[in-house]
Amino acid sequence: MTEKVLMSGNHIIGEAAIRAGCRFYAGYPITPQNELCEYMSEHIREQEGGVFIQSESEIAAVNMVEGAASTGARAMTSSSSPGISLKQEGISFLAACEIPALIVNIMRGGPGLGNIRPSQGDYFQATRGGGHGDYRTIVLAPATCQEMADLTMDAFDLADRYRTPVMLLADGMMGQMMEPVVFKEPKPRDYPDMFMLRGAGGGKSHFIRGLLLDQLEEEEHNWKLARKYAIIEQRETRCEYFQTEDADVVIVAYGTSARVAKGAIKRLRPMGMKVGLFRPITLWPFPMNELRKLSEKTKYFLDFEMSLGQMIDDVRLALQGYADIGFFGRPGGVVPTPVELANIIEQRYFKNNGPEKRG
Amino acid sequence: MPMKKIFSKPASLKDAPFHYCPGCGHSIAHRLLCEAFDELDIRGIAIGVPPAGCAVLAYNYLDVDMIESAHGRGPAVATGIKRMLPDRVVFSYQGDGDLAAIGIAESFHAANRGENISVFFINNAVYGMTGGQMAPTTTMGQRTTTSPLGRSKELEGHPVQVCELFSHLRGTTYIERCAVNTPANILKTKKAILKSLQYQIDKRGFTLVEILSPCPTNWKMSPVEACKWISDVMTKEFPLGVMKDIPSAQQKKGVDAHEQ
Ligand SMILES: Cc1ncc(C[n+]2csc(CCOP(=O)(O)OP(=O)(O)O)c2C)c(N)n1
Ligand code: SF4
Ligand SMILES: [Mg+2]
Repeated sequence: MTEKVLMSGNHIIGEAAIRAGCRFYAGYPITPQNELCEYMSEHIREQEGGVFIQSESEIAAVNMVEGAASTGARAMTSSSSPGISLKQEGISFLAACEIPALIVNIMRGGPGLGNIRPSQGDYFQATRGGGHGDYRTIVLAPATCQEMADLTMDAFDLADRYRTPVMLLADGMMGQMMEPVVFKEPKPRDYPDMFMLRGAGGGKSHFIRGLLLDQLEEEEHNWKLARKYAIIEQRETRCEYFQTEDADVVIVAYGTSARVAKGAIKRLRPMGMKVGLFRPITLWPFPMNELRKLSEKTKYFLDFEMSLGQMIDDVRLALQGYADIGFFGRPGGVVPTPVELANIIEQRYFKNNGPEKRG
Repeated sequence: MPMKKIFSKPASLKDAPFHYCPGCGHSIAHRLLCEAFDELDIRGIAIGVPPAGCAVLAYNYLDVDMIESAHGRGPAVATGIKRMLPDRVVFSYQGDGDLAAIGIAESFHAANRGENISVFFINNAVYGMTGGQMAPTTTMGQRTTTSPLGRSKELEGHPVQVCELFSHLRGTTYIERCAVNTPANILKTKKAILKSLQYQIDKRGFTLVEILSPCPTNWKMSPVEACKWISDVMTKEFPLGVMKDIPSAQQKKGVDAHEQ
């Protein structure tokens, strides 16, 4: 199993999910994630008890996942931006009912029908809960094919551990790109029977609900969820530091834009510019403290997104008052090139004899 | 003389007072379901999906495993459960707004896929829970809080006949429309529920039982008037009877309703 294979991102997610024990997939076609849907239609059915359903809509898919996951099965759905909007009510229900599930969003250009080019326009939707009510979704943002494999498996473990929906957030570029990967050995599953709805047998019957008509009961349920989210925030942040030790400028970017940032850094370093990258891997919980810590040495940070300033809200929460923050982003499905980003950084780097002062 | 017990609470019905209005059909339907669970001895393997609607709290009464569904999505949730646990008896319980308006896609496609689940469809011609607004099954001319002048075909279209519509889907096996407005109709409803569950146990595919059900509160009638209104008005729009029932021998040969 340690053998290296060359696969595309969408297929990797499917394969990693199946290896992690996912036995239920429901989804509705939408570019650029169709290859994942197609992969599941073939391969999940090769597993004993494995079910693939091409649902009538994204709404149906997420609700099918709720049903399947409530029985204790590992279950997932995937889509791209417009379809993820349709799933939001269901994700809110999963959070309320504390049902683990994986939702994959291979983002495309928006708003509206937008286009099918890679984008990061759904950051707010993903990290702020997305649907109605006071809840959060764990959001994992891979930047390599290897990470897509690893994080897909980890997503199921996190979903189980915290009984909460987890989102894997990538974009059309990552879904299509091919890189060699090694699938790690999945961890044995640890999910108590008491949370599985499998019929009462001879014993007491159970029900799963999010409806709490008494406002104090609903408040207590919200507090309980909030305590869980606080633990997740403490324990589950992940990030990558790339050449940050001596950096005068640190780019903050995730997913595809982090790849572009690395390309830019590789151009700038030989020219003597000390530029590094801070890459959040969990977008919620956002690695706030890790980023703030960098401000002890670095005084200029450039938030870089394939959207018009969404993650920058989190970057500001981490850095406002500690360092200067700049922004560069392009929306609508445009992937800026490393040269383009390098030029932007170069201008700002030498402005005012060093890192510029404006935000 | 020793006393003979001829009527008691079904074992599958929890010992909790119903929150339904006096004369509401949901209570009768709940009881019939529980009697059926007892008679088929499936309380331990039944898993139910209550709707958003007046029956949202059905899990407080039915003593079987249940999971809440978003408004209209019951058949999708039931599909997920049934596909993972094919030997359980899985049902969704839905109102007319839930099934025939917001959730028409989920019910239609679960039926069309021939999911081996039972759907119990409570048609009370209004949105009960939200205060009596027009439903897809509101009858012609019926006044509701959102059709104050009465439903007209020009503005609101015709009432949706779910049984007739779903009978055309080749994935469905058994479809019957019943009512709970008279003792005789209640007995027929019970038989239909039993049959639907038995078909599912026999792995015969999608079945649906529609139950015309009084909502005296939103109809602004007494319970007795409401029962009479079902006979006089509702059954004219929604005729009672078996809409579809494929004999098992025929089903085994692979003949479906469409070819009948
Ligand atoms: C997405 C969504 N929209 C609207 C509602 C509000 N709502 C709850 S029940 C209901 C209609 C219930 O009517 P019906 O399905 O006929 O059930 P009844 O109460 O009549 O049994 C509505 C509109 C909701 N819960 N969710
Ligand atoms: S409003 Fe109508 S459907 Fe709802 S409980 Fe009362 S009588 Fe029953
Ligand atoms: Mg109704």
